[in-house]
Amino acid sequence: MRGILKLAYKLLVNDKAKFTALLVGNTFAVFGMMFATSMFSGVLYHSYSTVVNVGASMWIMDPAVQTTANSIGMPDYVLDAVRSMDGVKYAVPLYSGGALVKLADGTYQAVTVIGLDDASLFGRPELTEGAIEDIYAENGFVVVHDADFVKLGNPHIGSEFQLNDHRGTIVGIAKVSSSGLFGIPTLYTTFNRAIEYIPNPRYTTSYVLVEPKGPADVETIRQHVQALGYLALTRQEFMHRIKNFYIYQTGMGTNILIMTAISFIVGLSISGQTFFTFILENLERFGALKAIGTRGSELVGMVLFQATFTALTGYGLGIGLCTFLIAMAKLRLPDYFAMITFFNLGFALAMVLVIAAVSGYVGARRVLRVEPFDIFRG
Amino acid sequence: MTMATPAIKASGLMKSFGEGDAKTLALRSVDLEANFGEMVYIVGPSGSGKTTLLSVLSGILRPDAGSVSVEGVDIWSLSANRLADFRLNKIGFVFQDYHLFPRLTTAENVAIPLILKKKVWNESVKQATRFLDIVGLKTRAQLPPIKLSGGEQQRAAIARAIASDPDILIMDEPTASLDGDTGHSVVGFVHKNLLNQKRCIVVVTHDNRIFEFATRILKMEDGRIMAGNGGADVTAGER
Repeated sequence: MRGILKLAYKLLVNDKAKFTALLVGNTFAVFGMMFATSMFSGVLYHSYSTVVNVGASMWIMDPAVQTTANSIGMPDYVLDAVRSMDGVKYAVPLYSGGALVKLADGTYQAVTVIGLDDASLFGRPELTEGAIEDIYAENGFVVVHDADFVKLGNPHIGSEFQLNDHRGTIVGIAKVSSSGLFGIPTLYTTFNRAIEYIPNPRYTTSYVLVEPKGPADVETIRQHVQALGYLALTRQEFMHRIKNFYIYQTGMGTNILIMTAISFIVGLSISGQTFFTFILENLERFGALKAIGTRGSELVGMVLFQATFTALTGYGLGIGLCTFLIAMAKLRLPDYFAMITFFNLGFALAMVLVIAAVSGYVGARRVLRVEPFDIFRG
Repeated sequence: MTMATPAIKASGLMKSFGEGDAKTLALRSVDLEANFGEMVYIVGPSGSGKTTLLSVLSGILRPDAGSVSVEGVDIWSLSANRLADFRLNKIGFVFQDYHLFPRLTTAENVAIPLILKKKVWNESVKQATRFLDIVGLKTRAQLPPIKLSGGEQQRAAIARAIASDPDILIMDEPTASLDGDTGHSVVGFVHKNLLNQKRCIVVVTHDNRIFEFATRILKMEDGRIMAGNGGADVTAGER
């Protein structure tokens, strides 16, 4: 079979025009699908960055909350009630809100402010500069050094800014595993300073972060919280909820699906059409091979090999092109969201194999139907 | 298998195309016998059934009725795969339009039957060069067929047909695309170098300039062999 596959390979590759057209079709199909799904993966990953960075096991929130970007304040008694529940090891409040800071040069910049529990500083980021205790110092804020850091004028320890006429001082620089979705810098401070500096409605606790005593306690806590009229989610569940919000309630999922489908259809059309033309142009030769003594299964093997080889080569080129462009974009735009995941790679591979299967099936059907007698008749 | 066994023995071959009013009888109870060491020509006007007969004899077109034995094997009783293997091992084809693969070198084209026989690619191509040497094309081995003249392409097609060392060589209008001298020289070459007591060559042709190489000539008309079967030579006067 190896010799026959080499024959199939040579027939395919030596037809440079057709082979190029096939590769272009597959490459751009893969590129389109990869790019769309990579953008989506990037957006989703960054959309739950706060959940990842804070790292709490359970989050308690208002049932109307869909993402960390639109938290709804809860009364203080929720925190007290949760702390008294069976199965709760500890529970702390978290503030999450948006604000405008006035920089030293007089410009304003939107920021996300995370207020950590004053007593425990639970959910604090890892500092690369400064000491976490300094967050208790007067006006102390820790800034996250992510892609949006530059928007605060590349602050350093000691840099100052104004937040609602309050002075803020950078006391530490932190790193986090994931930056936010909306391209705005993140500041950490204590819970009490956050609610003092930022004008708030009556209720100020955005979330209650809970550490259960054990995995078995999660369900108990969930039921008790539900009885209070609030929602308790594990970290994974909250991330899933945010993901679902962006997929199903923003139209983003539908748009990505449409873009992916278009890429697939265009790729399938170009590759399928070109491959079928390639088969038609070589039909007489396949007929001659059949007359000489090639078995039907060998001819099908040749056609499937050609379709699969083209698809996989196009897949590799498409991935390469997508990776290259994302890398180039990240050089210019550090917070560029596109992210290639194993799921994206697997999805694009599955789709390109579908293209190969359809092209191969159509081609193989045609080749099997060719009559060597027609070769004799000319 | 002894040489006394006919290379090809066909009896009662019937074949029709189309249905109803459009039905055409291409073969009407054709009987034929061809022996080893013979170069049998099948001649006749267009539409007389020559190519249909050649296809039925070589195992690529199933007859409606009748049987074909090649070296004593009833080929139409074989399964599709076994028939394909039989063609590969026993029958060599020279097509009217050559049907060489333009994307392969001439040597690779000739190597195809060997590759189909599961021989290693490089070894097959090396062996193919020897067959090209036989037909005088060794120096053209690495060229694509498109760089060859018509006569050279025909000789390359012949080299491909004999690469699997077939007992039966089937040639369909071998001179149709060649000028008179080239056609004569190609068929003369086949007669001189490839016809032997272990091989039977069946040729379909219109070209009376190559009749001199025939051992026997069978004339077809309206799907029947009018004369010549069993040794009668219908065209002795035409030579």
